[in-house]
Amino acid sequence: MTTSAIHDIGYRHYDGRRLGRAYVLRSLFVHNLRAAFGLGRPARAKVMPFLLAAIMMLPAVGSIAAVALTKQPEALIRYSSYAPLLQIVIAIFLATQSPVLASRELRFHVVPMYFSRPVGHLDFVLAKLAALATALLALMAVPVTLLYVGGLVTRVPGPRDQLLHYLGGLVGCVLFALVLASIGLVIAAFTPRRGFGVAAVIAVYMLSSAVVVIIQELAEAQTNFALAGWVGLATPFNLVDIVQVRLLGTEAASRAQPPGVTGGVVALAVCAALVAGATAVLYARFRKAGLS
Amino acid sequence: MPIIAAQGLTMRFPRVTALDDLTVAVEPGVVGLVGANGAGKSTLIKILLGLLPPTSGQAQVLGLDIAREGARIRERVGFMPEYEALPPDVSATEFVVHMARMSGLPPTAARERAADTLRHVGLYEERYRPIGGYSTGMRQRVKLAQALVHDPELVFLDEPTNGLDPAGRDEMLGLIRRIGAEFGISVLVTSHLLGELERICDHVVIIDGGRLLRSQEVAAYTAASGALTVEVEEGRDLLGQHLHDQGVAVRPEGRFLVIEIAGEQTYDLVRDGVADLGLRLIRLEQRRHHIEEVFAAGPAPQGVTR
Repeated sequence: MTTSAIHDIGYRHYDGRRLGRAYVLRSLFVHNLRAAFGLGRPARAKVMPFLLAAIMMLPAVGSIAAVALTKQPEALIRYSSYAPLLQIVIAIFLATQSPVLASRELRFHVVPMYFSRPVGHLDFVLAKLAALATALLALMAVPVTLLYVGGLVTRVPGPRDQLLHYLGGLVGCVLFALVLASIGLVIAAFTPRRGFGVAAVIAVYMLSSAVVVIIQELAEAQTNFALAGWVGLATPFNLVDIVQVRLLGTEAASRAQPPGVTGGVVALAVCAALVAGATAVLYARFRKAGLS
Repeated sequence: MPIIAAQGLTMRFPRVTALDDLTVAVEPGVVGLVGANGAGKSTLIKILLGLLPPTSGQAQVLGLDIAREGARIRERVGFMPEYEALPPDVSATEFVVHMARMSGLPPTAARERAADTLRHVGLYEERYRPIGGYSTGMRQRVKLAQALVHDPELVFLDEPTNGLDPAGRDEMLGLIRRIGAEFGISVLVTSHLLGELERICDHVVIIDGGRLLRSQEVAAYTAASGALTVEVEEGRDLLGQHLHDQGVAVRPEGRFLVIEIAGEQTYDLVRDGVADLGLRLIRLEQRRHHIEEVFAAGPAPQGVTR
């Protein structure tokens, strides 16, 4: 009935080690991180993430070159402003790569394959969130680190201040990464088709920034600067910048921020709520998908 | 110890009752779960995997309770779903290795087991190509490979012959038989076709509308009341006459002889007859669709028949 070639080999049982939850979680994280950059998939899946990563490097390289040529340290882009400055590139990365992590396995019904194994629902979601956040962090932190190194090489004055600003910038990058990953994954998890997912993430980014800017303009025209600041909570890049400005003491890279430490604490609370809320929503979404 | 045992298992959804007071126990081996579409087969598998809590009743898989020890069950079983469940843009190797790691196999072991398992299910060079370009038969094999890669003690195969052509169907059934017989892995295989499961199963469970119709060893009645189909290259009538002379109930049917099995000695008589007459034996097998005839004959008893 079956071919002889199959018969000849003979089945061997596996009696080696079976590793536990930590290993599965780590494997899942690495798998998703690779997926975020198109690794392990055909070449065309790698084009977009690596192209965007390359674009992210250009302003840093240019900035260092400018400092080296003009000997003017002000030409070095502020670390905390790098992500807001290149937010459109980051938003495109988020839009194109969120569906890869969130909706690809939903669309092809791969999710039940995980949950019929010793993979926990929460672990599954946390691995995806952490992987996309790590990918975004790499996207932002690598050029920021290049800026810092470039600053050292070109002897930008105040090495101690530079180090502090750089570390503060990295904290900001982590926060940007977590907030953006949460938003991107949730939106993409509810749009099974990849194209819609990309469009939906971009739409949410564009609309939220546009609406916020319009309200801020109106509020500022009426000299209601507090309102202009608080509205900033409603769009991701402004939201994280509020934390940077009010709690890390950086210079503003967004249009307006709510006043004082209170503003910063509220913004940080909103960030935390976004991450926690996204985890809960994704948990419910994938749990349901695991049963269909 | 039964590999699967259920007591009063009931699953009600808002509109339908998928399982209705199902009580059944099956021993290790290849077990067929037969029922029409919507009879509750897939729901039963999800409950046995510990993913879907039943409305009432309880069940044990490999002696582990589904409500309390779901995670331990999922370490020791494999699952092949009936629907498409493969990402198109990765290779079979990549996918199966990943699934092996998800079951806790270390990286090297995961790669070795994936290569072995894919070979066992009959995927060779093509396993390095993206799954998107595979035929239905090849996809079914990949789905089967991911269910076996971590060397489970029991696999749930949900409609594995769905969408396959007759040749692919035969190959898949042969593969399932080998999983039970050679690999030593117990199998719960579902189908809406009783005839195909009869050929490969040790035990058949039939459910309808979530209720148990019948649970029985296949051998129990095919041996007692079965018939043999015998095909020889030439000399069909010669063999028929020879067997008839020895008191065997035999009748021709097309190119075959259909022989009533009176007991073990019937097989010996056929063998000796073929040898004595110097005929070439092409086929000697249990007649198919026999279970269906048995079930059509009388009202099925309720409850466990083991």
